[in-house]
Amino acid sequence: MATAARDGGASTSARAPWRDALRRFARHRLAMTGAGLVALLVFTAVFGRAVAPYDPLAMDFTARFAPPSLAHPFGTDDFGRDVLSRILYGARISLQVAFIAVGLSGTAGVALGLAAGYLGGWIDELVMRFMDVLFAFPAVLLAITVMAVLGRGVGNAMIAIAIVYVPIFARVTRGAVLSVRAREYVTAARALGSRSHRVMLGHVLPNAVGPIIVQTSLSLAFAILAEAALSFFGLGTQPPDPSWGRMLSEGRGFLRQAPWMGIFPGLAIMVSVLGFNFLGDGLRDLLDPRTRRR
Amino acid sequence: MSIRYLLRRLATLLLVLLGVSIVAFSVQPLLPGSAARVRLGVQATDEAVAALEARMGLDRPLVVQYLDWAGGMVLRGDFGDSMVTGTPIRDEIVRRVPATVGLAFAALLVGLAIALPLGILSALKPGGKRDLGASIFSQIGVSIPDFWMGILFILLFAETLGWLPSSGYAPLSAGLGAWASHLVLPALTAGLISGSIMTRFVRSAMLEVLGMDYVRTAHAKGVAARRVLTKHVLRNAAISVVTIIGLQMATLLSSIVVIEIIFAWPGLGQLALNATLQRDYPVLQASVLMAAVAFTVVNLLTDLSYVLLDPSVEVA
Repeated sequence: MATAARDGGASTSARAPWRDALRRFARHRLAMTGAGLVALLVFTAVFGRAVAPYDPLAMDFTARFAPPSLAHPFGTDDFGRDVLSRILYGARISLQVAFIAVGLSGTAGVALGLAAGYLGGWIDELVMRFMDVLFAFPAVLLAITVMAVLGRGVGNAMIAIAIVYVPIFARVTRGAVLSVRAREYVTAARALGSRSHRVMLGHVLPNAVGPIIVQTSLSLAFAILAEAALSFFGLGTQPPDPSWGRMLSEGRGFLRQAPWMGIFPGLAIMVSVLGFNFLGDGLRDLLDPRTRRR
Repeated sequence: MSIRYLLRRLATLLLVLLGVSIVAFSVQPLLPGSAARVRLGVQATDEAVAALEARMGLDRPLVVQYLDWAGGMVLRGDFGDSMVTGTPIRDEIVRRVPATVGLAFAALLVGLAIALPLGILSALKPGGKRDLGASIFSQIGVSIPDFWMGILFILLFAETLGWLPSSGYAPLSAGLGAWASHLVLPALTAGLISGSIMTRFVRSAMLEVLGMDYVRTAHAKGVAARRVLTKHVLRNAAISVVTIIGLQMATLLSSIVVIEIIFAWPGLGQLALNATLQRDYPVLQASVLMAAVAFTVVNLLTDLSYVLLDPSVEVA
């Protein structure tokens, strides 16, 4: 009440939709579960090295293939390295790749989709046909092809994943922009003489942001999977860095001898992806007026 | 379907295929250093590299190289030779396409066998126990890495139980039993993931039809629930399901790249990855191009089948 009185009525009404959205978010079980899992992942990525019981790169040949125990809850690998510590450290690599790749693809895809949807005409045709071409490649094959050109390594994996997801962001943004472009406030802004880039950034984009947020969350999930897949194939993170996909690939050679080497990294990938998927689906429920429950 | 619509879609397809071929061709010119250097190694002399470039035609303008490459494929079905084995790429692709297509169809069948009953049952009682179960299955299926699921299946069914071979491929000519036993695990892996995605689509397609006025009217008229389901709901939901099958077929081609590698399945995906690891760029170009063409054609066929089943789409 006091805050409302200080800020005045206009500010209160401007904040109300956000407060309403937060309240609905807090009540949405799926979104909250997703947010919890993502928060856990972020915590692990930031503090993983500090909380890891061992150095993820430290080898101990006396403890090779040790099964899960109190000393090594997830066992050890063929070099005697602690699997739990490597998983905790690997969270940082997975999340880093996912955020940077999705950041890059989101920025490029949103810019292209915004321009195509708002400006229309030949720009729309040109941009969307190019996106169609990129879309025509199966995602994993496109990423492998980009890696073939750029070379192996975690930085190039980020670029490869980003290229794969640009068309998705462009399509989602264009669709959202098309539905906003014809609204009265956009027409009014144009009639008042606002320049195209001002209308796009000031009026169209903020109102088309819902589907983009949802897509970002879902793309983060796919980016984690894609990074793991590229590292699994030996194209992404290179040894001795502990990426989850790389760990799975190493564990594959010792399935009978040390199944934990393959089971736990896969579980880590699945839980992280599940978190972003839950969050994305929850956000879609909350932001999509057709599915929103009032 | 009007001829005009069909021609427009075919023109778009050709345009996209042209773009796809340019992107696939670009792999070689974009490489740091030439393909001849890759082939001869870093210690080769500049003269030797230049001579090989001339022999490979890499010293010609890019447009000429592209036209020669694309023309050879379109007019003569000639994809060039592998830089590693020296054998014609066409023979390798012809040998591998049946393996990829066979696996994709088998996985699609597994996916449909899961998604149709599960999607229908969950839509009939939204919010119920079956719906919750289907939702959990679907969420886990979408989130599970396909290569991990493949590893777990190998661990369980091949390494521990010894029921099925852990990897490899047997052609039909080797006998139905051998063929099927090699197919089960890769098809199950790809099919379960595909089924989890399709379950969501089938459920939402069913829910949409269940909410239609004609379904409510049929119920109000006292038509038996089973009859409403078979005569009205399933028939109309089938239109969306056909689209889902088409879209899934296209998505499956992507997922199968990974599955092929896990199970040493000799398809196009394995060919592309091996080509990348061995830096055999002509093979990579050809396999990626083939996969993209298949992906694009399947997408077009899906769109056309949708128009055939629901003419209002064309108008829209």
